[in-house]
Amino acid sequence: MSELPVTEAELQAYVDARLPESRTAEIDRYIAGHPEEAGRVAAYRSQSDQLRATFEPVLGEPVPARLVRAARPRHVRIWRVAAAFALVGLGVLAGWQLHGSLAPPEAQQSFAHDAAVAHATYSPEVRHAVEVGADQEAHLVAWLSKRLGAKVRAPNLEAAGYSLMGGRLLPGEDGSAGAAPTAQFMYQCNKGTRVTLYVRTHVQDQHETAFRFARDRSVGVFYWIDRSFGYALSSADISKDELLKVANVAYQQLNP
Amino acid sequence: MTDADSIVELIPRLRRYARALVGDRHAADDLVQDTLERAWAKLHLYRRGTDLRAWLFTVMHNVHVNQVRSRRETVSLEGEVLELPGRAGHDASLEARDLERMLARLSVEQREVLLLVSLENLSYEAAAGALGIPIGTVMSRLSRAREKLRNLMEGSPGPGRLQVVK
Repeated sequence: MSELPVTEAELQAYVDARLPESRTAEIDRYIAGHPEEAGRVAAYRSQSDQLRATFEPVLGEPVPARLVRAARPRHVRIWRVAAAFALVGLGVLAGWQLHGSLAPPEAQQSFAHDAAVAHATYSPEVRHAVEVGADQEAHLVAWLSKRLGAKVRAPNLEAAGYSLMGGRLLPGEDGSAGAAPTAQFMYQCNKGTRVTLYVRTHVQDQHETAFRFARDRSVGVFYWIDRSFGYALSSADISKDELLKVANVAYQQLNP
Repeated sequence: MTDADSIVELIPRLRRYARALVGDRHAADDLVQDTLERAWAKLHLYRRGTDLRAWLFTVMHNVHVNQVRSRRETVSLEGEVLELPGRAGHDASLEARDLERMLARLSVEQREVLLLVSLENLSYEAAAGALGIPIGTVMSRLSRAREKLRNLMEGSPGPGRLQVVK
């Protein structure tokens, strides 16, 4: 049997089963007589199998909404967001409770979604849950009001059993550089359960709205618009009814 | 199907590759996000009818190179400790753990080639195109990456005894 020398590149292509059949057969025979090379081929094929097995689960993970948004810039995604989420198998928008027959406009949906993401991001934090603590509440409120360009307040939720922990500044709508930033206030009850109030100013849709409820994976959100302020109260740990009670207290505190 | 639909469908594949490339789940998703944003800005450069996924890998490669460069991590990548794929509460097998740790010890260039070929099953031509390198370089990097990974996994550091055909 005449054997052409096997190049290293060919051996790699052999590992990947990308050679023409005839050449594959020749290398099969070559490998049979060279245990060292046979060992390499087996090891490399096993690497490929292990790589695929190790990272396969990533394909089944829910796609973070921020990536779906990045794949659909604003000018192409209007009204298509829900379809996009459905496409990638997210249950993100499931659970809308519609008041009346009108679905909330997209801007409000993404507002509630942003609030839920911010809640999920910061509420589990042990040491850095807030940027400025409640011990400096006056400073916190003054700072956030200055940055948001409107007078914001941290409502007192003690009537619902929640104490202010503090707050932080977050990016504005769509993370856009031109938009006013957003404020997040965090509260905790004596059992350690946390709720966050997400506050955005200069909301385009100036109508007042009823409370709307959305569930974004594990986070429940009540949100409403009041005099160009958008508010969203989020929690991952308490029931919808309980969250509604807290939302009512917040609403009353904000409209004394 | 619009470009946006096509791109959304490819997100899981981009995430998988990014996870294997950079290890950390959040850093990987950041890379995917930057890639998607960049892709929209550069969509006019995409030639219709060609493989969109390969083109997105090209974009990701460029974004990643810039990130690595700007963080000056080129020297510290060797020995970098990677997080497991972030499946909370999921105990990855020791084998997978090892593989990921070893993968992190390849150079970025070796890892890219190995992952595009072995994990993503890109043709050598497509991998060369995505990385902007000649196909011969793909083959030599692939060979070095596999041999280094084999040595690492067999616990025998030191150079491989193979002559790599350039």
